[in-house]
Amino acid sequence: MSAVASVPAGVLDVALQSAETAAFRAQDWFAVLRQQGWHAFQSLPMPTRDNEKWRFSDARTLSLDGYAPAPAPTPAQAADLIARSRLISDAAGLIVHVDGHCVLKPTLSAELVAQGVVFESLEDAVRARPALLQEHLLKHPVLLGGDKFAALHRAWLRAGYVLHVPKGVEVKQPFVSVTWTLTDGVAVFPHALIIAGERATADIHDFHLSAKADQRALAISAVDIHAGTGSQVRRLAVQAWGSATQSFQIDNTCGGRDAVISSVNAAVGSRRARLENTVRIDGPGADVSLYGISVASGEQEFDQRTLQVHAAGHAKSDLLFKNALLGKARTIFSGLIKVAPDAQRTDAYQTNRNLLLSPDAEADSLPGLEIEANDVKCSHGATTGQIDPAELFYLRARGIPLAVAQELLAQGFLEEVLAKVGHEEAAAAVREMLRLKFHQA
Amino acid sequence: MPDSLVIKNLNASIGDRPILKDFSLTVPKGEVHAIMGPNGTGKSTLSKVLAGHPDYTVQSGEAFVDGEQIIGLEPDVIARAGLFLAFQYPSEIPGVTIANFIRAALVARQAKGAPFDAKAYYAELYAKMDALKMDRKFTSRFVNEGFSGGEKKRCEILQLMMLKPKYAVLDETDSGLDIDALRIVSEGVNAMRGPDAGFLVITHYQRLLDYIVPDRVHIMWDGRIVHSGGKELALELEEKGYDWVKKDLAKA
Repeated sequence: MSAVASVPAGVLDVALQSAETAAFRAQDWFAVLRQQGWHAFQSLPMPTRDNEKWRFSDARTLSLDGYAPAPAPTPAQAADLIARSRLISDAAGLIVHVDGHCVLKPTLSAELVAQGVVFESLEDAVRARPALLQEHLLKHPVLLGGDKFAALHRAWLRAGYVLHVPKGVEVKQPFVSVTWTLTDGVAVFPHALIIAGERATADIHDFHLSAKADQRALAISAVDIHAGTGSQVRRLAVQAWGSATQSFQIDNTCGGRDAVISSVNAAVGSRRARLENTVRIDGPGADVSLYGISVASGEQEFDQRTLQVHAAGHAKSDLLFKNALLGKARTIFSGLIKVAPDAQRTDAYQTNRNLLLSPDAEADSLPGLEIEANDVKCSHGATTGQIDPAELFYLRARGIPLAVAQELLAQGFLEEVLAKVGHEEAAAAVREMLRLKFHQA
Repeated sequence: MPDSLVIKNLNASIGDRPILKDFSLTVPKGEVHAIMGPNGTGKSTLSKVLAGHPDYTVQSGEAFVDGEQIIGLEPDVIARAGLFLAFQYPSEIPGVTIANFIRAALVARQAKGAPFDAKAYYAELYAKMDALKMDRKFTSRFVNEGFSGGEKKRCEILQLMMLKPKYAVLDETDSGLDIDALRIVSEGVNAMRGPDAGFLVITHYQRLLDYIVPDRVHIMWDGRIVHSGGKELALELEEKGYDWVKKDLAKA
């Protein structure tokens, strides 16, 4: 049953990586990209705690040993997980991966196809749309410390999807991607490339799930969002890997002039999960909202690093990350707002709120500003606290038992971010995942 | 006494400061009793001590809900025993809707694992909201968040009507209410009057008692009841003012 035993060499194995890359012989540019990733990975050091970008992280326990790609699932396994992937009933398209293998390709309506919308697996896109990919794939620099993991992602790049909504096309229904891990010890490297053309509208729901609750895996995912002039892009990303997973998530977003971008990153899974979320505003008038929400329990570590770069003026970015902590969980929030010298009239905000529901939980917060323009409105704030005793008493005075009252208040604390999902069914799915965390703790 | 709210020789303090001093009072089921008194005399403390607020220390004394002793019990246990406190300053609960809040309170009163009849719940909730002239949209509003003073008090009475306690303590429910809101809130309380419920109405002003006419009026001073009478006592107090309490009754 154990795929680890059947795959003797892991993700650190040069022969295995070369063999897989060789399969892309016909797409030379892609093979080169993978090779570059591999070489960069070899030369980069593992992060250590004294690295400022890894401050407070438990870098000592970082290890890439013992993880390997897994073979494709059996048809029965795939069918089961595809059935469990139907979380959003009005999806414009659904793509499903299991252990890094695409098991369900999206089918789009004839109307979307006619409008030129592309939603397909990365493997298909590599073959069918080299020009589009060469222009956009992995073009963003990795600025928040995860270079080595990003390089490994690049070296093993294969799974994932490409979404391209062309100029002027508005798609209201969400594009849904569900990525599963199934085999213990599997390494997956899901990639999402999202391109919204001028005035295009796209809504994306990304779910990262494991077939079983205590799944052991290594997941290094990356998302590149290119939001064109006047586009509207909304994304929900749900990290709900199994509890023995190490997760690294590198999100990069570029917003053009007047682009309206909103993302919600929800986290419940993994033993440790690091999110590096960079947004770069390249055009004036852009309006970016970044939300984060998590319930951390047991000995989980959620490590959140964010960067809001204002390269153009007259734009707005607003960030709100909320964490509820149970047990011995730890969260780290480190956020930076950077305003370039000529990005005048920037509005940039950053807020991190942590709710400690256990005396053994710990939340670290490192907000920061680097402002080189002089006519801006920027602020950052962080609060870490416990449940308000007056609120707790009010609920209990209505007969609600202590544990239920605490849970209700914690869910209420998170609701502010759930309201930003903008899709009732998706918000309900996330709300349920968050709720379950209180009962596993 | 099985069919009464009985408070016997209650002594309670906050920190080192004694507030309730040998306080005793009995509210038989089916009656409405009012407690009046100047500020700082311990009226709100009484309501919080009865509800099990953790900030207060009870040195001695007892309180019974239909014979069940409640002093020292957890606040939620006291509430489920049948005592309801309508707060003077209800907390705002961000992210928790009124519908979910009242639902959780009702579920807590059910046998564990028993199914919850959501349809009947909403039918009743809407009917009571209509009676209180609350917009039905309030069900999806977060509890008390951004509510006016009158909306908060109506929300308290809505909870009272939905939870149907054996005894309700209304702590300064009239504060911050205009006449219209006062009338609506009072109608809600009056609709609940009957042989199955007792009320303890705490107020600083006689005005509320024009709308919720009490069976008995008690005057509280320095942590205990110093004088009791019929509903006309409220009028007498209004006329003579609290100086009367301080000068004459306090010495008695």
